[in-house]
Amino acid sequence: MSHGPRVAVVVFPGTWSERDFVDAAPAVGWDARLVWHTAAELGDVDAMVLPGGFAHGDHLRTGAIARFSPVMRAVEAFAAAGGPVLGSCNGFQILCEAGMLPGVLLRNDHLQFRCDWQTLRVERTAGPWLDADELTAGDVISLPISHGEGRYHADPDVLDEIEAGGRVVLRYADADGRVVPDANPNGSARGIAGIVNPAGNVLGLMPHPERAADAEVGGTDGLRLLRSLDRWLATQPAVAERRL
Amino acid sequence: MRWLADVHVRLRPGIADPEGQTIAGGLRALGFATVDEVRAGKLLRIAFDAADRDEAEAAVAEMCGRLLANPVMETADWELRVEAAREGGEAVR
Repeated sequence: MSHGPRVAVVVFPGTWSERDFVDAAPAVGWDARLVWHTAAELGDVDAMVLPGGFAHGDHLRTGAIARFSPVMRAVEAFAAAGGPVLGSCNGFQILCEAGMLPGVLLRNDHLQFRCDWQTLRVERTAGPWLDADELTAGDVISLPISHGEGRYHADPDVLDEIEAGGRVVLRYADADGRVVPDANPNGSARGIAGIVNPAGNVLGLMPHPERAADAEVGGTDGLRLLRSLDRWLATQPAVAERRL
Repeated sequence: MRWLADVHVRLRPGIADPEGQTIAGGLRALGFATVDEVRAGKLLRIAFDAADRDEAEAAVAEMCGRLLANPVMETADWELRVEAAREGGEAVR
């Protein structure tokens, strides 16, 4: 393999976590490139990342303005063709506003901004971001959270549908992996911290895997998600051929 | 013709509104003991041009549908009026 995954990291006005993805890139072999939100197309990349932050100041609603940025047409087309897309924190909020994932992220139930380490239970491994060689269902991992609007909400029938489809991939849990109210940092429905689209190539999660990429600053569980991408790409014949 | 739309964006019924609950608690703490519920929302005042009321109504409906409210969590309703300053010289606040 001649190079690692080429990953476009999208930057909106107000994005704040793009440098953390770039800093984590060497540890997972990514060729990460920053892309401004006005770009209409992102070139030949293997994955796209929507990082955390406050795109367009979170005005009106989180992600409401960002979803109309020109770059989102490219992200939507890439995802529709099966390309891996990761939205973390504000990126998750943008994916929901864009209709690429169901539901919405509301104000935390306690109204406080919450910045802390958070334990999560892995519900399912599949797709480009949760590879079975990196993670196992039932694993408890620790990732930072940093948000004021992370309360996942969807209508009950939508919640039932994504549960039945195995699309809830991460839940807020205690250190023993129990999904209990005390472990839920924002009041999210059913403790949901991360979901995927029906095809599994689009992941949205409130926690920050890119900020758990260095043992010096608290932990490396985030690398397990980011490393999954390269493992998954290697299983894709078309990608493997292109990368020779 | 110049129009003013006051668009009210509200959380859908049944969605927990911690901001409204906090405000309600504040009112009760001030002695307004009968306050049962407060729901917080947004008011957006939009000034724009449209030929007539039908066109203005249609424009506001589209604004709400495409951007101003997310139907997963919100509803939008509005009051529409001709901007008074352009009609009768009366100041609009």
